This record gives sequence, structure tokens and C-alpha cells, in this order.
Amino acid sequence: MGNKILIADDEQNIVISLEFLMKREGFDVSIAVDGEEAIERIRSEMPDLVLLDVMMPKKSGFEVCQEIKSDPALKSVRILMLTAKGRDTEVAKGLALGADAYMTKPFSTKELVERVRSMLAAD
Amino acid sequence: MKARTRFVLAIIVLGLLMTGPFLVTAVLIWVSAEPAEQTLLNDLIGPRLPLGALMTIMGFAMGVAVVRNLFRQYVKGLLRMAEQQHLMLGANREFRIEEKGPPEVRDLVRSTNALAQQRDDLLRDVEAQITEAKRSVEEEKNRLAALMSELTQSVVVCNLDGRILLYNSRARQQFKALSDAPSVAGGGELIGLGRSIYAVFDRNLVAHALETIQHKLRAATDQPVATFITTGRAGQLLRVQMSPVMSAVLEPSSVQREAEPERELTGFILMLDNITRNFENESRRDQMLHVLTEGNRASLANVRAAAEMLDYPDLEDALRQRFRNVIKDEVKSMSERLDETANSFADALKARWPLEEMLGADLIAAAQRRIEARLKVPTKIEDMDESLWVKVDSFSLLQALLYLVNRLSDEFEVREVRFRLTSAGRLVHLDLIWQGQAMSTETVMSWELEAMSFDGESSPLTVRDVVERHGGEIWLEREKVRHRAFFRILLPAANPQEQVDAALLSRGESRPEYYDFDLFKWSEKSHALDDRLLTELTYTVFDTETTGLNPSQGDEIIQIGATRIVNGKMLRQESFEQLIDPQRKLNPESIPIHGIQPEMLLGQPTIDKVLPAFHAFAQDTVLIAHNAAFDMRFLQLKEKRTGLVFDQPVLDTLLLSAVLHPNQESHRLDAVAERLNLHIVGRHTALGDAIVTAEIYIKMIPMLAEKGIRTLRQAREAAEQSYYARIKY
Repeated sequence: MGNKILIADDEQNIVISLEFLMKREGFDVSIAVDGEEAIERIRSEMPDLVLLDVMMPKKSGFEVCQEIKSDPALKSVRILMLTAKGRDTEVAKGLALGADAYMTKPFSTKELVERVRSMLAAD
Repeated sequence: MKARTRFVLAIIVLGLLMTGPFLVTAVLIWVSAEPAEQTLLNDLIGPRLPLGALMTIMGFAMGVAVVRNLFRQYVKGLLRMAEQQHLMLGANREFRIEEKGPPEVRDLVRSTNALAQQRDDLLRDVEAQITEAKRSVEEEKNRLAALMSELTQSVVVCNLDGRILLYNSRARQQFKALSDAPSVAGGGELIGLGRSIYAVFDRNLVAHALETIQHKLRAATDQPVATFITTGRAGQLLRVQMSPVMSAVLEPSSVQREAEPERELTGFILMLDNITRNFENESRRDQMLHVLTEGNRASLANVRAAAEMLDYPDLEDALRQRFRNVIKDEVKSMSERLDETANSFADALKARWPLEEMLGADLIAAAQRRIEARLKVPTKIEDMDESLWVKVDSFSLLQALLYLVNRLSDEFEVREVRFRLTSAGRLVHLDLIWQGQAMSTETVMSWELEAMSFDGESSPLTVRDVVERHGGEIWLEREKVRHRAFFRILLPAANPQEQVDAALLSRGESRPEYYDFDLFKWSEKSHALDDRLLTELTYTVFDTETTGLNPSQGDEIIQIGATRIVNGKMLRQESFEQLIDPQRKLNPESIPIHGIQPEMLLGQPTIDKVLPAFHAFAQDTVLIAHNAAFDMRFLQLKEKRTGLVFDQPVLDTLLLSAVLHPNQESHRLDAVAERLNLHIVGRHTALGDAIVTAEIYIKMIPMLAEKGIRTLRQAREAAEQSYYARIKY
């Protein structure tokens, strides 16, 4: 399929699994470990979808999301936010700032894959 | 006409009636008779004339006797009765009129006495009722006092000026804990009859709560109370509930009852609760819960993902090993976290702030009023769900809104803002909308994170703090098409409260009436103390002991004692007494005068510590001292070092004594006290002398009034004119 996916998370232990999972699905995977790197890579690599963690050093997932969504050039980039906080206020904020989908940790990897697939298929 | 004159007149009329007709008949016969007949008549009647005269005189005498008797019995008798009635009306209520004289007069006496008896019975009954009423009022007062002192909650009653009218011992303890100089004045500088509550609470905070109450009263809510949380000077957390004190409705007559008399807000009751500890405990519990639930989400996610990866059969061994390591690693860190949490509840979590429930529409209305009044920015409502209730700390939230609008108008020239309040499940969206460009994310961030300040008001809180208190979120959204933007604040929703028919409750039966304390009349009439009556001022009467007589040559205060006079009464329990380390040697000659030994001053606070507490104690009062110039000189020499200025009006009992008794030789404290017949106890301690001075002053107030000196201005002017005023110290 060749869809490009960016995983933006500073926690190595989840990145390993996500990376394996996405590669296994046949996606092109790149990784960013903080908010600033995430923005750089999105701009340079134009991924189809970003798995974006909220809690990251330098720039939070919210800031990254808002910046990407306010740039018309990056309109095609889908954002799936991942958060380790279960508060619904955060979910509301993420969606309001333009995230296309939102998943709360811990999540089922099966569901994650399904969600990613359906988001890419919606293109 | 006097009774006697009338009597004489009656006699004269009687005489005329008895002689008049006879004489007139005689003259007529005489005139009509012929001369011969005249001679005959003369001969016939002449010799018998003395008999006729005698008969007439006898008849006249009998007539006089009858008239005199009638006069005595009726006129005089009635006059006497009138006098006796006067006596009964005034001096001697018990007096009864003696039954004397003719039956008609006796009748009158009897009915008068009966009337008097009826009046006396009535009066006795009324008096008995008054005594009974007084007794029950007194009982009620005592019961209230007992109740207040037993209450585990502190209660403070204030009038609308924020002056304390009543407080219980619990409140005193609580204020002591709030004081930042607890050892010096024992909190006495914060609480006391007539003191301002604003020494403890922010004026705006109290005003906001009052506004809330007034709003609730107008809306006829069943419970017109306001709750706010505030922090004490020393960082304690206080929950304060404010309820209104309404003016008593005077006996409504049946006609007025229809009109529903307007009851006015005359003061408020504050119930204080120190929730510092509860709150700390609660937040520690929250913290633990949080760590154990939310804190494990990330690790659990890692473990779950890795575990699920292991299910894939096509996994290489090296990768399989890595996933296993992830699981081991995360499980280990989760165990550690569990242990850690169990051992200590970790650092304070961003605490959930106690919130009040209010109607969303009320919140928006309050925000609109403030923004329009203070920032002059017009506001509109774009969309509002009238039925929404929110859970907020309205004071800080309104501050945050005001702050945001202020920045919008200052930095982006926004000329109008709109509000939108919509429901979103268990949350409420509060949107602040404006037309025009949106700022950058960085700007929004800095607005969120800077301490709020605007229009001379500043708060240590940031918008983010306020939002977090509500467990909410805030963000900026742009509506590019309509060329506008808005801040969306997420607030927790509350369940709608039932709007009970307030009329049922506000009739007054539900509330015990303790309005006879007379304290609410005691309002601050004017801030110009000069024209206020001496009888209604609040005073701090003080005295100092010093190392010597020359402050300019290094003599220092070693003791301050003070007491308060409120409403013409000395409040002994609200006194101030403190020894002070002068940081120099005591002059041995002075020791017999003040009786303070050098070792007593060891470890006492220095003047820098004591003066602020005394300054607070004396705030908003008139200072009184005997030979005030001396004590004031010591205080004034410290002004530069402590930055505390004692600029309130000062009265000097020495000068006032000279005004009252200009010809007396001595106006020393002992001499004046003796002259006014006061017994001196505990003289020559600062507090002892202050109490004597206060007693002297209280005695002087009526004496000054006799001389026409009633206001503070008059007292000051009289003192200045007196001879002693010219002495300089």
C-alpha cells in the first residue's frame, strides 16, 4: 500500500510495538521522539497519518496538532492522538484542535490497526 | 370666672330678686296714687315698714344659706374631686376619691374610682406583659449567646460596612490562627467588635459574595447564601459561607400584609470553616487514586501492546525478546510505582478546588455586568442555554474572563465580546467570542500562563490555574469564514437545583429573630470622624512604658498596653499587652517607676515586630492616651524605621481634664482618677494605666457634653485651647 505513517512518542517501549505493528501492516514508518521533531518530519515527509502522543517533550501533542491543522499545505495529514489521560476534557480539546481520532491508553492494538486502516481508507 | 366671684354674683342676683319686684310695685302704686291716697298709704304702711324689711332680710338670709350650701356641695365638691383626679393621674396612682356630698356627686366619685381601678388593672397587665417579654428576650439572647459559644463553627456577624458586630469564641480562635503575629496580639488585631472584616478578607471577595446574595434575593432563591473559599494570610484555606441579615419587618397591619413589605439587607453572617487540613487530606487521597489509575495507563498500554505483539507467529526471535523485555521492564516499573504510592502519597496533585453550583445564565450576567462596568467593553449573548447549571468558583472565573477581555481590548482592540453557553454532556462550553484576527498560539499560551492583572487588580493566579481549579480546559478556536475567534472554556456542569417557592420561606417564621441586638443601627455614618459624636466613636486607649523620658536621645518603648472603647463601653477582653526588648540597657532609676526588671525583657520581640501588630490593633479608631504627646512622640520616631504611620485622630485625657477643671492644680493620672472617684487597680503597668485612662475618658464624655463638647472636632479644639496644649515635649 505504501502509506506513510509517523509515530510521534517519546516512550521507547510503546514505539517498538507501534513500529512493528505498522510495518507489519505494510506501511512506511518513521519515528519522532519529541514535538519539534514531529513537526519537522511531518513537514518534510508529508506522512498520510500521524500517531501522536499528547505528553511529549518540547512541544505537546496538542500544540503539534494545532500547528499542523492550521497549515493548509498539510491538510491531507490525518492525526490519531494517543493519550495516557482518561479525562474527557482532554478528548474534547484534542478533537476541537483538529485531531481526526483519539485513543486513550491502554488500547487494543487490533482496534488501533483497524482505526488506522479506516482513517486511511477514508481518503 | 372664679368660683368665688360666681358665688358673690349669685348672692347679688338673689338680693335683687327678693327686693326688686316689691320696690318696683311700691313705686308704681305711689306714682299712680292721688296725693290724698299717697298720704293714706304713707300713714298705713309707714309704721309697718320695719316689719316688711325684717321679713325680707330673713328671707334673704335663708336664700343665701341655701345658695351657699348648694355651692359648697356641688361646685366646691367638684373642684376638690378634679384636684384628686389630677393626683390620681400623676403623683399617686393608688389614691382613691372619698365618697362625700350629695348622691349625684357620690355617683360621680364612684364611677371615677371605678375608671381609675380599670386603668390600674390595665397598666399592671401591660407592665406584666412587658416584663414577661423582656425576660423572654433576655432568655433568647442568652440562649443565642450559649449557642454561639457552643458552636464548633466560627460565626461572625457584620454590618454592610464590614464592621464586626458579633462573634463567637471559636471565631476568635480561628482568627488567631490566621494572624501573622499570633504571639503578640493573640489575633486581637484582627477580630473585635467594630473592627473591619476586610482586615482578614479581600474587600472584592466579600463584595462579590454580597452581590451574589443580592442577586439570589432578587431572584427569590430559597437559600440566598454565598460560599467562597479563600486563603488566609498564613496560607490556610478557609471555606466561608455568607448568609444575609435582613431588616426586621415591623408588625405588618392587615392592610400592609397585602403589599409584601420590602426587607432590606442590613448585614451578613459569615460562617468560617478552616478546611486546610480536610483539603490536604482530600488532595492526598486524590493523588493516590490518580497515581494508581491514570499513572498506570501509559505503562499498561506499553505492556498490552507488547503482549499482543507476542501473538504474531511470524515474529523473529530477537524481536520477540525485545517485546518480552518491554513487558518485564514496564511491569517492574508499575510495581515500583505501586510501592512508592503506598509508602507516600507523593507530591501534591493539582488540587480540585471546592466549587459552588450556580445557574449558567447568572454567571454570564455577572460577567457582562463586570465587563461593561469595569472595562467599558460592550457585551452580547450569542447563544445561551438558560437551563444550564455550572459548578464554578465564580470569583476567580470572573476574574479570568475580565482579564482575557481586558487583554483582548488592550492588545487587539477588540470592541465587543459575545458569550455563548452550550451544553456538552457533563460539561458546559463557555465561549468568549470576538470579531477580528486571532492571536498566535504562543500569545495564547502566554496569556494563559501569566498571573492575571488588570485595572489595578492583580491576582497570583493564572488563567490556567483558574481553569484547572475547575478541572476544565481552555483553548482558542478560529472561525476563519466569519473572521472571528473564540476562547472555549470547558466547565463542569451541575444538576439543576429546584427553584423552591421562596415566598413560603421568607415570611420570617423559619428564622429565629435576634434582631433586638441594636447592633445594626451602628453603621458607619461618615468617614469624616471629625463631626461624629464622641459617644459613637471607637477608641484605642493606650499607654507605653519607656526606658526614659527622652526618645530623641535613644530612650525606647519597653511595654505597650491598650484597651478598646466601643459604643461607650470598655472591652477588657479585647486588650493588647506586650513587653518589648528595647535592645539597650534599662536605666536603673526607671525600674521603680515601671516595675519592669531587665530579665523580663529577655526574649521579648523587638519594636519592629510589635508595632505592626499594635498598628493593626489601633486601625480605624481614635487614639487616646494620658499625656498623649509623650507617647505619640515615641511612636512617631519609629515611623521611618517601621514605615507605620499613626495618623489617626488623637485625644489626650490630660488636656480634656484641663478643659473640664481649668482651676485644678494637678492633671496627673492619679489626681484625675481620684477627682472622678475612680478606684485604681494595677497602675504603672502599661495596660493598667490604659484601663484607668479609658475609665476616665468614659466618665468625661457626659461631662464634656454638659460643656457643649459633643463631637470629636469640638473636643480637639477645646483641648488645643486649654493652657496645657502649649507645653511642648
